[in-house]
Amino acid sequence: MSQIITNQELALTQLREDITDMMHMVHRQLDKAKEALETLDTDLASEIMTIEKKVNATELRIDKECENILALYNPVAIDLRLVLAAINLNTQLERIGDHADGIAEYIINEEIEEPFEKEILEAIQYNTMFETAISMVDDAIYSFIKEDTKIARWVFGKDVTLNKINQKSSKIITEFSQKNPERIKKYLYLFSIMKKLERIGDLSKNIAEETVYFVDAKYIKHKDKFKKKIKDQMDKKD
Amino acid sequence: MENTSQKNINNEDQSMSQDTTEKSKVILESKKANVYYGDMHAIKNVNIKMRENSVTAFIGPSGCGKSTFLRTFNRMNDYIDIFRKEGEFYINGKEIYQKDVKVEELRKTVGMVFQKPNPFPKSIYENVAFGLRIQGIKNKSVLDEAVEKSLKQAAIWDEVKDNLKKSALALSGGQQQRICIARALAVEPKVLLMDEPASALDPISTAKIEELIYQLKENYTIVIVTHNMQQAGRVSDRTAFFYIGELIEFGKTKNIFTNPKEELTERYITGRFG
Repeated sequence: MSQIITNQELALTQLREDITDMMHMVHRQLDKAKEALETLDTDLASEIMTIEKKVNATELRIDKECENILALYNPVAIDLRLVLAAINLNTQLERIGDHADGIAEYIINEEIEEPFEKEILEAIQYNTMFETAISMVDDAIYSFIKEDTKIARWVFGKDVTLNKINQKSSKIITEFSQKNPERIKKYLYLFSIMKKLERIGDLSKNIAEETVYFVDAKYIKHKDKFKKKIKDQMDKKD
Repeated sequence: MENTSQKNINNEDQSMSQDTTEKSKVILESKKANVYYGDMHAIKNVNIKMRENSVTAFIGPSGCGKSTFLRTFNRMNDYIDIFRKEGEFYINGKEIYQKDVKVEELRKTVGMVFQKPNPFPKSIYENVAFGLRIQGIKNKSVLDEAVEKSLKQAAIWDEVKDNLKKSALALSGGQQQRICIARALAVEPKVLLMDEPASALDPISTAKIEELIYQLKENYTIVIVTHNMQQAGRVSDRTAFFYIGELIEFGKTKNIFTNPKEELTERYITGRFG
C-alpha cells in the first residue's frame, strides 16, 4: 500500500534538506578559508564570499519555511522540536558563515600580506585549532543529519580542547608581538582568526545542543554539571 | 495487559510531579476498567485519576474507546443492551456502579454535553430550568436565579437575556451548544463531560466554547473528548491518548504535545498513523 505524503511532511522534508544544504555550504566556506589562508589566494577568498551570499539567501528561506510550517500545520512533538531547532540552527550556521567570510575579507583586502611564519603557527597550535573547529562543524552536521546525539556530544568535548588552545594562544601571540613589534599588525590578524575559530567552536556547540533538544527533547544549554563532566573526561585524556 | 496498566499509572505519576494541581483532590478515577460491547473489548484495563478543577482531554483515533470511556462516568452506556463492564469507576471516591447508586442522582453530579447541540423544543428559559423542574423545584424566583446564573456561567446571558421565552431551536449552533452547557450547569454538577462539544461549530463559536471551558475549570472538573489536537492543547491541563481501547499515555498536555513518551502517541499527534 502506498504511503500518503502530506503537505506538512513535504514541508518538513524540505526544511531538513535546506538546513543540510546550508550546513554543507558553511562547511565548504571553512575548508576554503583554511586553504586560502595558507595560499593567500584571492580567487579562493572570492569563492567564500560568493557562497556567503547563498548562505544568507538560504537563511531567509529557512526562516520563512519555519514561519509557514508553524502557521499552517501547528506541528507538535518531534516536528515542533525540528522547527524550533531549525530556527536556532539557521542563525548559528549563518554566523559560522560570517566568520569564514570575515577571514576571506582579510585576504581579498590584502590585509594579510604574507603567510604566517611556521614558528608561530606551531607555537599556538594553529592547525589543530583550525582542524578541531572544522571537525566540530562536521560532527554537528553529521549528528543533525543522522539524528545521533552521541556524535553531538563529541562536539562538547572538542570545545574544551578549542578553548584551551585559544587561551594559550593569546599569551603566545602577545609574546611574539613583543619580540617582533614590526609584525604586530600581522599578529593581530592571527589573533582575530584564532578568536573566530573559537567562536565557530561555540556556534558548533550550540548546533549540537539544538540537535540534542530536537532528538531527545532535552535542554542541555547552561547545564554546568554536564559540561564539567565532559571537561573532566577531557582532562583525564590529557 | 498488566504492563499497560502499570505504564498508565507511571505516566500519571510523572505528569503530576510539577503540576500546580498536583495536590488537588482526585474526582474521577478508574481502576482496571474494562468495557465490552458483546464480544468486543472496547476498553482494556484502564487506570486513570483525574483531579478537581482540571481539564482532561481524551484523544485518539475514531473507535479507540474514548467516548465509551467518557460515558462510563455518568453511566450513559447502561442503556446499551450488550454493554458490560469490569473494574471500578469512582466519582468523588464513590464507586458509581454500586447498587445503591441512583443514576438520576449520579447525573446531577456528572453533567454531559454532546457533539451536536441538542436543546429541547422549548424556550431558552425552560431548557435551562428543565433539570431543576425534574428535581421538583417550582419556586419561580429560585428558578429565575438559577437560569440567570447558569446562562451567565455559560457565557450566553448577554446574548439571550431579553429573549428568554424564544425557542432555543431558533438560536445559532454555537448559542445552542452554550444553552446545553447552561442546562448541564443548572443542576450544579461537580463534573462536566464533553463529547466533542465544538466539532459541529464554526471557529468563533469554538473559541467561545474553549474560553468557557477555561472559565468553568475554576468550579468544575472537566473531561473533554476531542479530535482536534490544537483544541486539546489549548484547553486541557492533561491529555490521555487512547488506542484500540488502551490508555497508551496520560500526562501533562504540554509534555504530551512537546515530548510524548510513547512512540504511538507521537505517531498519532504528528499525523503519522497507519
